[in-house]
Amino acid sequence: MTNLASASFINIGERTNVTGSAKFKRLIMDEDYETALDVARQQVENGAQIIDINMDEAMLDSEAAMVRFLNLIASEPDISRVPVMIDSSKWTVIEAGLKCVQGKAIVNSISLKEGEEQFLHQASLLKRYGAATVVMAFDEKGQADTEDRKFEICQRSYRLLTEKIGFPAEDIIFDPNIFAVATGIEEHNNYAVDFINATRRIKQHLPYAHVSGGLSNISFSFRGNNPVREAMHSVFLYYAIKAGMDMAIVNAGQLAVYDDIPDELREAVEDVILNRTPEGTDRLLELAPKYQGDGKEVVKETQEWRQWPVKKRLEHALVKGIMDFIIEDTESARQEADLPLHVIEGPLMDGMNVVGDLFGEGKMFLPQVVKSARVMKKAVAYLQPYIEREKSEGSSNGKILLATVKGDVHDIGKNIVGVVLQCNNFEVIDMGVMVPCEKILQTAVDEGAQMIGLSGLITPSLDEMVHVAKEMERKGFELPLLIGGATTSKAHTAVKIEQNYHGPVVYVPNASRAVGVCQKLISKTDREGYVAQLSTEYDKVREQHARKKPRTKPVTLDAARANAFVPDFSHYQPKTPNQLGVQAVEADITTLREYIDWTPFFLTWSLAGKYPRIFDDEIVGEEAKKVFADANAMLDDFQQSGDLKAKGVVGLFPANRVGDDVEIYSDDTRKSLLTTACHLRQQTEKRDFPNYCLSDFVASKESGIADYTGAFAVTAGIGEEELAEAHKQNGDDYNAIMVKAVADRLAEAFAEYLHETVRKTLWGYAADEQLDNASLIREKYQGIRPAPGYAACPEHTEKQKIWDLLEAEKHTGMTLTESYAMWPGASVSGWYFAHPDSKYFAVAQIQRDQLEDYATRKAWSVEKAEKWLAPNLG
Amino acid sequence: MTDSSIFTRALKQRILILDGAMGTMIQRRKLEEDDYRGERFSDWHSDIKGNNDLLVLTQPDLIRDIHGQNLAAGADIIETNTFNATSIAMADYDMQSLVHEINVAAAQLACEAAQQYSTADKPRFVAGVLGPTNRTASISPDVNDPGKRNVNFDSLVEAYEEACDGLMEGGADLILVETIFDTLNAKAALFAIENTFDKRCHRLPVMISGTITDASGRTLSGQTAEAFYYSLRHVKPVSFGLNCALGPDLLRQYVKEISDIAECAVSAHPNAGLPNEFGEYDMEGDEMAVHIREWAESGLLNIVGGCCGTSPEHIKAIADAVEGLPPRKPAQPEVKLRLSGLEPFVH
Repeated sequence: MTNLASASFINIGERTNVTGSAKFKRLIMDEDYETALDVARQQVENGAQIIDINMDEAMLDSEAAMVRFLNLIASEPDISRVPVMIDSSKWTVIEAGLKCVQGKAIVNSISLKEGEEQFLHQASLLKRYGAATVVMAFDEKGQADTEDRKFEICQRSYRLLTEKIGFPAEDIIFDPNIFAVATGIEEHNNYAVDFINATRRIKQHLPYAHVSGGLSNISFSFRGNNPVREAMHSVFLYYAIKAGMDMAIVNAGQLAVYDDIPDELREAVEDVILNRTPEGTDRLLELAPKYQGDGKEVVKETQEWRQWPVKKRLEHALVKGIMDFIIEDTESARQEADLPLHVIEGPLMDGMNVVGDLFGEGKMFLPQVVKSARVMKKAVAYLQPYIEREKSEGSSNGKILLATVKGDVHDIGKNIVGVVLQCNNFEVIDMGVMVPCEKILQTAVDEGAQMIGLSGLITPSLDEMVHVAKEMERKGFELPLLIGGATTSKAHTAVKIEQNYHGPVVYVPNASRAVGVCQKLISKTDREGYVAQLSTEYDKVREQHARKKPRTKPVTLDAARANAFVPDFSHYQPKTPNQLGVQAVEADITTLREYIDWTPFFLTWSLAGKYPRIFDDEIVGEEAKKVFADANAMLDDFQQSGDLKAKGVVGLFPANRVGDDVEIYSDDTRKSLLTTACHLRQQTEKRDFPNYCLSDFVASKESGIADYTGAFAVTAGIGEEELAEAHKQNGDDYNAIMVKAVADRLAEAFAEYLHETVRKTLWGYAADEQLDNASLIREKYQGIRPAPGYAACPEHTEKQKIWDLLEAEKHTGMTLTESYAMWPGASVSGWYFAHPDSKYFAVAQIQRDQLEDYATRKAWSVEKAEKWLAPNLG
Repeated sequence: MTDSSIFTRALKQRILILDGAMGTMIQRRKLEEDDYRGERFSDWHSDIKGNNDLLVLTQPDLIRDIHGQNLAAGADIIETNTFNATSIAMADYDMQSLVHEINVAAAQLACEAAQQYSTADKPRFVAGVLGPTNRTASISPDVNDPGKRNVNFDSLVEAYEEACDGLMEGGADLILVETIFDTLNAKAALFAIENTFDKRCHRLPVMISGTITDASGRTLSGQTAEAFYYSLRHVKPVSFGLNCALGPDLLRQYVKEISDIAECAVSAHPNAGLPNEFGEYDMEGDEMAVHIREWAESGLLNIVGGCCGTSPEHIKAIADAVEGLPPRKPAQPEVKLRLSGLEPFVH
C-alpha cells in the first residue's frame, strides 16, 4: 500500500496538464482531443479522485482549449463522474472553465499576489459560480518560502475570505508551495520542513481549511532518476500527510511504496526531506546512481531460472506466480514469435495448461492459481496493443457471461470461477452483482456469449435463476445456462430450473468443475453426448426427488404447537438490559481481528481443514499458511490505512411471546408495540424433543414475566467494494477476492464481538463471562443470535423489521436489496435471545397449515408466502 | 410583496403546499390558435398556439382562475406562469421582446390572486418561476460533435437576468428555479439571480428544484441527486428538491437522498404517476396523497405540491393528507469539502 491509499488523502490526477506532461501538451497542440480524453480517462481509472486540467501554454489559445476539453469531458461519464480542478495562472481561463462545468469544481488558484481587492473580487465570483479554490501562499511581496511566511499569508487569506466575504472555510485549500530540496543551495535545504510545519499550523489554526501541493517539485533536482524521485515523493508525503496535508497533485503510478524503499535509500532521503544533516544532499547524490534503473538496488545474485529458455521462464513465472520479469520475458517471446498472438497461444497457454493440470491433480491450490492468473493477465495486457496492431482476431476457448443475479450482492464464488475460466483461456464477461435478467440476456446477445453462468448465495436468488431460465425460453435462447452458488443444488437445478428451459442447464458445484463443464459445452464433438448425459442425470434426480419421502412424518401445526418448547422461568429471571433502546456501535479492525473464526476463511479458498490444525495438513497446510499470512498482512494494512471500516447498530427491547410471534415494545410499560417478529415452527414429528420455534425462548405475554429481546446489524464491508475494484483494475484478482474474504470474516467477528458486549455489558445477563475466542466460536455462552435467512428463521423479509427497529441504514449505511440481501456483502444481522435454554435449530420443512397461518400473521397473500417460504415447502 | 421572514417562519411551522400543474389545467381548456392570439397578437407572423406563458397577456382571467383554484385547494405557494418566459425559449415564437412584459404581468397576476386568499394565519406566497429553457449547456445537440453546444453560460445568464428582473418587478415573493435537467443551466440561472439581487439591492428566498429523468436516478445531464445538490448549494437556497418526470412512488428514494443531506428545506412536486400510452397521467389525488402522507410521516418534506398531470383536486388531497404533520427538520451534515462531478465527492 502506498500513502495514497490513506483514506484521508485525496489523489489529484496530474496528467491532463500541459505544463506537466509533454505527451498531453503534444496531444492538445495537435488537437488530438480524442487521445487527450483517453489520458483523462486512464487517470480516473487509475484512481484519481479529482483531475487537474491545465492549458497554460504560450503557443495555445488556453481559453479555447480549456472550454473545448471541458465540454468534451462532459460527454464522457467515465471521466466527468469525478470533480475537476481548473488549473490556470490566468483568471480568464479559470472563468471560462467554470462556465463549462455542471459539478462543483476546484479552482487552482487565486492569491494575494495582486493585492486584496483583486483577491476578494475573484473569490466573490468563485462563490457565485459555486467552486472551491486553491489559495497559493503568495502575497504582494512574493511567494512564501519560510514556515512563518507561509503560515502568515495563509492566515491572512483565510481571514479575508471567511470574514470579509463569507467564503466557506471548507472550500479553501491552501497550497503553501512545495519547492525543490537538495539543489546544492544551502537555503533550500529546509524547504520541505518549512512546508510540513506550515501545514501543521494551518490545520491547527485555520479550521476546516485544507492543504494541497504539487508534489513533483520537491525532487526537481533529481530529474532523470525516477527511483530516487519516487522515494523522495513517498517520504515527503509520508510526513506531510502526518502533518495534515489533505491532497496533492500526483502521478499515482510514480510513487514508491514507503515500506518498500530500501532502508539505505530511505534513510538518505529522510535526511534530505527532514533536513537532518548538512551532508544530506551529498550523501543522496552519492547514493543515487546505485538506484538508477528499476528502483530496487541491483540484485547481485541472478536466480538460476533466469538462465532458462524463455518458454520455460514463462512457465516458471506462471506456475510460481512471479510478476517481476513477466514483461521482459513476454517481450523476448514476442520477438521470437511470428505473431504476438502466438505468444499467448504458445508458451503462455502451455504454461497455463501446466497450471491447470497441477490444479486438477490437486498439486496447486486456488490461491496459487489466482496468482498465476494475475501473471497471465499482465502478460496478455502487455501483448494486447501488439495484437491489435496486427489486427488479427483473438481466439479464445469460448466466451462466457457471468453474473450474480438481481437482488444478490455476493460474488466471491463467481469471481473465483471467472478467474479459473480465464486461466483456461475462456473469455469472461463479468457483469458484476445485482444484474437484472433483461440486462444479462441483452448483453449475452450483444457480446455473442456462448454460455451464461448465474451465481447467487441467498435463497431468493434461486427464484431469480428460475426467472432467468424462463425468460431464456421465452426469448428463444439456445445457450447453455450454468448454475452455481452456495444455495444452489443439483436437485433445485433439476426440479426447478432445467424443466423451464430447453437448452442445456448445468449445475456446477464448485469452481474446479467449471472448466471441465465449459470445455465440454463448447466442444463440437463432446457437447451433444454431454448434454444428453446431463438430461438423463437430471431426469434421475427428479425421479429421486419425487420419490423422496420426508424422513420423518409431518405433523399439523396444532400438534407442533402442542409440543412447543416450554422454557423454565422458575430458575431463570430475565435480566432487564442495562441499556434499553437502540445504539450505534463501532469497532476497529484491531479489536475485531481477535474475534475472527478462521476455518470458514480457508473454505472460501477451497482449503478444507479446521484452524489451526489445517497448517499441519500434509496436502493443504503450506498453502493455508500462505493465504493466512496474506490475509494477516492485509489486516495489518487495514489497521494502518483505515480503508476498510466496520459499523454496526444494536437494540435491546422489552418483548413477549404471543403465539409464534414475538411482540417488541418501545418501553417497559409494554403498551406501545414497535414491531412483531414472526417466527416459524418445526413441523416434523419429534419423539424426544420439542418442536422448536424461536419465539419459545421468550416469556409469553400472559405469563406476566417481563422478558426482553434484541436485534443487531453489523458490517465490516465499508470500503470493501472500492478496495476489491481497485485490485481488479490492477488485474489482481487474488487480492480482490482476498479483500472480500477478509471483510466477510471481520463482519462475522464483529457479530461475535458485539454479542459478547451485549452479554457482558449492554444487556449484561452474563457480566462475569470469561471465554477465549475458541470457546466463543464453539458457542459456549448463554443465548443465541440467529440470523433471518438461516436455518432457525429462514424467511428473509424479517430482516426488514430489524432494519426498521434499529434504523440500520441511518446508523450504518447498510441496505437491503429487493431480495433482502444485505449490502455491503460483508454484513451480518440477527436477533438476540438470552434464555439459557435457547439454542439453534433448523425449521426445515413446513406444511400448508403453517404457510397459511404465517401468511395471515404477516398480512400476506398465500402466494406471496409461498414465494418467500419456497425453500421450506419442499 | 410579502416580507420574506413571514415565509421562513411559515416554513418552520408546517409543511407548505405548492400548487399543481399549470400546463395540465390550461390543456383542459382546449384553447385554439385564436384564443392564444387574443386581440393584441391577431396579426402575429407565426403560429403561437402552445405558447402558454403568453396567456398572462391574452387570457389573464383564465390564468387568474387557475391560480384561484389552487389557492382554494389549499396551496400556500403558487407559481407564476413563466416556465418558458425567457428570451431563449420564447425564440420559438419570435417573442423575445415580450419576455420582460410577460414576467412582470405573470407575477402581478399571481400576486393579485394570492392576496385575495392571504390571511394572517395562512399567508400565501408567489414563487416566480425560472424554467430550464429548451437548450442545454452541458449536452451537445450533435451526436457527431460531443464538444458542440447550442447555448452557453453567458447567454443563459443574460436571459435569466431579464426574466428574474421582470418577476421581481411584478412582485414575486420567492424565486423558484425548477425542472432543472442540466445543472449548468441552473448554475447560470442562479448566477443571474444573484446578479439581479445585486442590481435591485434586494434579495428574495430562492427555491431550487431539479428533475431526475428516469430510474437511473440521475438528471438528464448525468448527475446523481447528491452531486446535483453539491453543485448548487452554494447559493444557500431556502429549499431544494425535485419535481416532474416521475410519480411519487418512483421519486421517493431521490427525495430521501436529498432530505438526508440538505441543510435547507426540502421540496417535492411529483407528477401524477407516469404517463399512460396516450400521454395522460392517471394517478388520482387520493392515491398520490397516500404516498405524500407517508413521505411527510417519514419526515422528508417541507414543501410539497404537484407537477404534470396534477390538478387542484390533487392539491386538495395532498394538503389534507399532510395537515397537522410536522415539517422535516433540516439535516446537519458535518462541515466538509463537498465537490461533485457526475457523482458526489466529500472530504
